[in-house]
Amino acid sequence: MPDDLFKSDELLSKLDPTPPQTGWMDTPVQIRKGMYCYASNPKSVEYVGLPNARAWNPLDDDWKLPENWEEIIFEGFRERLDRFRSFKVFMDICVRCGACADKCHSFIGTGDPKNMPVLRAELLRSVYRKDFTTAGKILGKLAGSRKLTLDVLKEWWYYFFQCTECRRCSVFCPFGIDTAEITMMARELFNLLGLNIDWIATPVANCYRTGNHLGIQPHAFKDMLDFFVDDIEDITGVHVEPSFNKKGADILFITPSSDIFADPGTYTTMGYLILFHFLKEQYGFDITWSTYASEGGNFGSFTSHETMKRLNSKMYAEAQRLGVKWILGGECGHMWRVIHQYMDTMNGPADFLAEPVSPITGTKFENAKATKVVHITEFTADLIKQGKLDLNPGRNDHLRVTYHDSCNTSRGMGLLDEPRYIIKNTCKNFYEMPRNTIREQTFCCGSGSGLNAGENMELRMAGSLPRANAVKYVHEKHDVNMLACICAIDRAALSVAMEYWVPDVDVTGVHELVGNALNLSGQNERTTDLRSEPIPGLEGDDGE
Amino acid sequence: MNVNYIFSLLSVIVLFLLAYVGVEAAGFQILFGVIIPYLAIITFIAGFIYRVLNWARSPVPFRIPSTCGQQKSLSWIKPARIDNPSTKMGVVIRMILEVLFFRSLFRNTKCQLKEGDKLSYEWEKWLWLGAIAFHWSFLTVVIRHFRFFIDPVPSCLQLLEKVDGFLQVGLPGVLFSGIVLLAAVIFLFLRRVFIPQVRYVSLASDFFPLFLIIGVAISGILMRHFTKVDVIGVKELTMGLVTFRPKIPSDVGSAFYVHLFFVSVLMAYFPFSKLLHLGGIFMSPTRNLANNSRRIRHINPWNYPVEVHTYEQYEDEFREKMVEVGLPVEKEIAPTISEEKE
Ligand code: SF4
Ligand code: SF4
Repeated sequence: MPDDLFKSDELLSKLDPTPPQTGWMDTPVQIRKGMYCYASNPKSVEYVGLPNARAWNPLDDDWKLPENWEEIIFEGFRERLDRFRSFKVFMDICVRCGACADKCHSFIGTGDPKNMPVLRAELLRSVYRKDFTTAGKILGKLAGSRKLTLDVLKEWWYYFFQCTECRRCSVFCPFGIDTAEITMMARELFNLLGLNIDWIATPVANCYRTGNHLGIQPHAFKDMLDFFVDDIEDITGVHVEPSFNKKGADILFITPSSDIFADPGTYTTMGYLILFHFLKEQYGFDITWSTYASEGGNFGSFTSHETMKRLNSKMYAEAQRLGVKWILGGECGHMWRVIHQYMDTMNGPADFLAEPVSPITGTKFENAKATKVVHITEFTADLIKQGKLDLNPGRNDHLRVTYHDSCNTSRGMGLLDEPRYIIKNTCKNFYEMPRNTIREQTFCCGSGSGLNAGENMELRMAGSLPRANAVKYVHEKHDVNMLACICAIDRAALSVAMEYWVPDVDVTGVHELVGNALNLSGQNERTTDLRSEPIPGLEGDDGE
Repeated sequence: MNVNYIFSLLSVIVLFLLAYVGVEAAGFQILFGVIIPYLAIITFIAGFIYRVLNWARSPVPFRIPSTCGQQKSLSWIKPARIDNPSTKMGVVIRMILEVLFFRSLFRNTKCQLKEGDKLSYEWEKWLWLGAIAFHWSFLTVVIRHFRFFIDPVPSCLQLLEKVDGFLQVGLPGVLFSGIVLLAAVIFLFLRRVFIPQVRYVSLASDFFPLFLIIGVAISGILMRHFTKVDVIGVKELTMGLVTFRPKIPSDVGSAFYVHLFFVSVLMAYFPFSKLLHLGGIFMSPTRNLANNSRRIRHINPWNYPVEVHTYEQYEDEFREKMVEVGLPVEKEIAPTISEEKE
């Protein structure tokens, strides 16, 4: 946490959603420290062959844009209007009713009117009207149109990197206008000018080269998992043995690399390892990890549709090379938006794979018949339902758990009850947050869509306010001390947000709970959990 | 005072004067009673079709429904068939609920910070109610007006008018839909002016149609109840229009021409403004698609091949390191290199 960041109560007390006196077109943008992310590293931009790689600084007057940047934007805009009906329709039909305004965590937390989804979109729409509509050309400002200038471009950049593409606004809009979709288009336009942020550009380059965002090379990837293998042995007394790049395995497992790298995501990875070991021992389950497709997440999706496709191609390529039957995907948010809504269309057809069937229960995952990727909570919920797991939820008794739906899996998929079913079967104390803050109405962690950098901490903490506030509510009411989620960015982002807003609550992945509860044959007393912390009530005895 | 609504109000006043003076002083009955209405209706129909076709020209490359409930996955988990439809039927019902009952707007909440540190989200039904009242009464009024274009008036329209006039006050009877329409429009206007955030995002083009519709409603009510327009004369004119034998009756007052002019402007303005949300709502890809993209393959018509980093390129870069930790490789390391290593 940066030293100069406001304390949480200060941030709350300076929150003021009253719009300024000057109209929004006459209020120039001020790029403020703590609210923006650093510019892309030219090496990363160059590595993936995207335009205008150069060192630049958002605070400088000169952004070192190509000479004809207006033309590039105009052409890029036109091309996207022609390619995406969503974009065209959303540019035209907003009635500015304001229903979406106070639905956005970014607006709720910052009070900045340009963070209202409607106004965020109007930033772009105003130029659309000027360039692509007759009324806008003739009536100018009266029709809400304005010319694209460098200041307008900077304003776009600032605010479209304050939207986390969470889609909460689209749930409430009477026409389903999805500002996340508009943000995706805006970011595509930025990338035509080399205006990405580094927190996205460098993971993209890393992922392209090493297979994962963090740039972990194959040998290191294996080392890191081996490290968890040792930890698991210390904690449970059981030696698990993951396979890597194994040809002919039944299933390929892909999950976000940050769960291999940073706590508390690492405990979720340990949960996977324990689950796979259990299934292998009991049922001969044959699953492999890949070092080439070692990333589930897709920061390409925060860059452009094309980059998304380029990075995501690894999943099918690797599945085909290894000859597996289907793919199992780990806990992640935007990875699942990509897999669920884009992957088959972009990278398919995956006709070299089989329609997914659980080798243990025989359940056919009809809903994944074409894409052939199953979500791990779908897979595990089915195992539990069919009584295939030997669970001792007692090891999670000291936890009082609530569950955060991640934006992408709830509003871009509808995966709501599978994780809840797993949680309820692996721990006994589960409490929901208020209805308006969960399921399809869930609030973003505040750091999604590649905004979980260090330098924009004020923005992130402001954005996490609605989520944290709901956690605080159940913390005070039910003594909740653990926030479960199924997203790797959440695990990283919410940990910081909790530290800031509700310090007594920790963050866990759902499969960490599974890992804790699952009994392994030949295990020791298991008096500590996967975090190597003693389990209250179990010290010295072997549970029930 | 806000330039946006002042400008819109002034425009509507100018429109009023144009029609009023045009008919009263200049005697342009044919212009306002025949030519402009014809032009307006042509603009409306052609513009509407053009805009919708223009949207339709852009493909829907990806299935991006906003899923507002449980997906259909395992057989024992209950899916939200309407809010997260996986079938065409579900989509149709979802769309009907959106179009006719404003399902999404019904969810509306109002976020407030209470006691300094507690966010609350209260159900905010007023916008939904106002919108429903406005659109339904507008529709009723439009349908009611068909009696001017059909002769003899079908019984269903007569029934509608009876129901609409259930208040049974005044003569001719006060029609409920007209009152509701006027009240709802005024409500929508006031909320645009008084809610700071909504005022902040409002454009002149948000106020203009409101004033115009207020103008339509007031001129209509005036005509019916105060200037007591000659209904027979009006029908003569309107029937002339639909039968393409336009004719100007002598004794319909200028209030009627003002009313007709406002409606004409509204129609001509419709396709080129946000009012086209009427067509757009049907085209919104976050609402009109089934959430089945993992189950059924969907084709992007402009999908093009992209440059990727292949496994071969990857292994070529990292082969040695992979071999060192015992990761399987496709191509073994050339003997010279491994000898050097040893
Ligand atoms: S809810 Fe939809 S129509 Fe209303 S202001 Fe927001 S984007 Fe526009
Ligand atoms: S997608 Fe999320 S962050 Fe972006 S405008 Fe909508 S609610 Fe705000």
